[in-house]
Amino acid sequence: MMYNLLLRAAPLLALVALIVAITLLAGIADTVTSRRVILSLVNVVCVVGLYIFMGNSGVLNFSSVGFMAIGAYVAALLTMPAGPKAMFLPDLPIWLAAAELPALAGPFVGGLFCAAVALVVGLPIMRLSGIAAAIATFSLMFICYIVLGNWTSMTGGQISLMGLKAYVGLWTACAFAVGAVAVAFAYQETRWALALRASREDAVAAQASGIQVARLRLGAFVLGAFVCGAGGALYGHFQGTLRVESFYLDPTFLLVTMLVVGGMRSLTGAVVGCLVVSLLTEVLRLAEVGIPLPGTGITLTAAAGFGDVVLAALMLVILLFRPNGITGGREILGNLARSERTHDQI
Amino acid sequence: MSGLVQIAVDALSLGGLYALTALGIGLIFSVMRLANFAHAELVTCAAYALFALSGQPLVMAFSGAIVMAVALAVITERIAFRPLRRADPTTLMIASFTVSMLIQKLLIFTLGSRPKSLDPVPALSQAVFIGSTQVSLLKLVTIGVCAVLLLALTLFLKRTSFGLQMRAAAENFTMAQLTGVRANAVIVVAFALSGVLAAVVALLFAAQSGFVQPRLGVPLMITAFVATVIGGMGSLVGAVIGGLLVGIVTTLLQAYLPPDLRPFREAFVFALVILALLVRPNGLFPARGLKERI
Repeated sequence: MMYNLLLRAAPLLALVALIVAITLLAGIADTVTSRRVILSLVNVVCVVGLYIFMGNSGVLNFSSVGFMAIGAYVAALLTMPAGPKAMFLPDLPIWLAAAELPALAGPFVGGLFCAAVALVVGLPIMRLSGIAAAIATFSLMFICYIVLGNWTSMTGGQISLMGLKAYVGLWTACAFAVGAVAVAFAYQETRWALALRASREDAVAAQASGIQVARLRLGAFVLGAFVCGAGGALYGHFQGTLRVESFYLDPTFLLVTMLVVGGMRSLTGAVVGCLVVSLLTEVLRLAEVGIPLPGTGITLTAAAGFGDVVLAALMLVILLFRPNGITGGREILGNLARSERTHDQI
Repeated sequence: MSGLVQIAVDALSLGGLYALTALGIGLIFSVMRLANFAHAELVTCAAYALFALSGQPLVMAFSGAIVMAVALAVITERIAFRPLRRADPTTLMIASFTVSMLIQKLLIFTLGSRPKSLDPVPALSQAVFIGSTQVSLLKLVTIGVCAVLLLALTLFLKRTSFGLQMRAAAENFTMAQLTGVRANAVIVVAFALSGVLAAVVALLFAAQSGFVQPRLGVPLMITAFVATVIGGMGSLVGAVIGGLLVGIVTTLLQAYLPPDLRPFREAFVFALVILALLVRPNGLFPARGLKERI
């Protein structure tokens, strides 16, 4: 029994081991590298949040960056020290100006707020499917961007919000990444996720078998929004500053790229895609700085902006030649439990 | 009274631009179920062509813009969308988002992200009077150009053989192929037409905004998407009416919203989309043949 459970959880354990290993490696690296690793761990949280809905339901979702933004601002407003808060946002309501929760509560409160928002807006949106759903979630992201960018009394509008507690270090990021992966894995083992994946494969057949597609999608959407909101809060408290511009088209594209490159149909795909794309961006960033060729004294330098071009081109190539991503929608060690079950039957 | 004329001109010129953009997106969607995000870059690149040819006579510059947009449309179709024609709409949509970002990044990489100023048609930057109301000539011309183009496109679709093939392909692509419509030709013509529309939009929009930058087309494209969704994806009439509607609603919101809420104008428009989708998930004018058969 215990053994079976262990086999069933093998993909989760493998992913957790991978994340912890990377964190350990980053611990002995220099500060710059370790900061890049923290950022990619925060991205793991967000991509996993995106995966929870998009991977299980198969419905395209462009709104996750919007939820990141909401989570980041909610966490910032509730945990910022009163001094900087009064300086940057003098027009806050009194109760909000006085609020100062412990820093670590930020991601959870931000996530919960996002979940509540997702519940309200998801109720209507989840009735849509296909392109209509994609456009609706895109509109949602756009609404978040416009509202946060213009609600000057609450968010500072176009000005950066500074003075957030930058408490997100290597192990905090690692813990949250592991947490997000665990939540996603636990969710995808439930019967609701199984039914949702059935609707992904064939919506009509699923409905005919009594699956209430809209309701299940809503559940995944709310859970995904919670994780994305927490990820956004971590992002804000890693950078120490917040700009609405950092929650717009570029990160939307980055998150979708990470998920699609890894393979949007599996949790392993979400994690691996995020790590691979982060690694690639880092290599390309180094190329923009200049890579010295050993022994020759020549430095290879790519022009600024080159990395973004390569990343987009790579994404296109992956879509054309391997549309199911690196993992092809399989889980790492995912066949252990399955083969075991077959043996039982025999 | 004068306020009303002003608002009407604003609404129709904005709505016209949205309608032309929505039509460019709708043409592609109707024949291959592709929601083409890269339409934004057709507009942007055409505007850059106008900028590059800004010393030349208008006819030259505009031809350059058309060539640019049509070539880009056809090339993206060939490289990115044709291999994916049998993929599901979700993959196609991600692919078009990727193409859009790729061109944007290429523009930033090669030309920089700083806005460049241009004034393609200086003759239009004056005001004229309708009765006692002063309105911009550019906006009147925009309305005129949109009306003429819509008429021309209608004639093309209704009176020419290619138009007939295109409407057939929009209704039922497989069936059209079986009756001898050449799929590649129809799709390439649809892309080329959307390129022409994008070039016209680029000219009118660049004349209004007075500058060009790598993301010029993005807000237009997003709004036009909304318009096609409201109108009914796959329906060309729907795209035009949706575009006009969005233009009118945006102008009315700008005119009548309380000043503190005006910056949120677009948010209201997008919220209306979500509402519209709830009441009519297939849009106001659902396209025939869009319903999936089981």
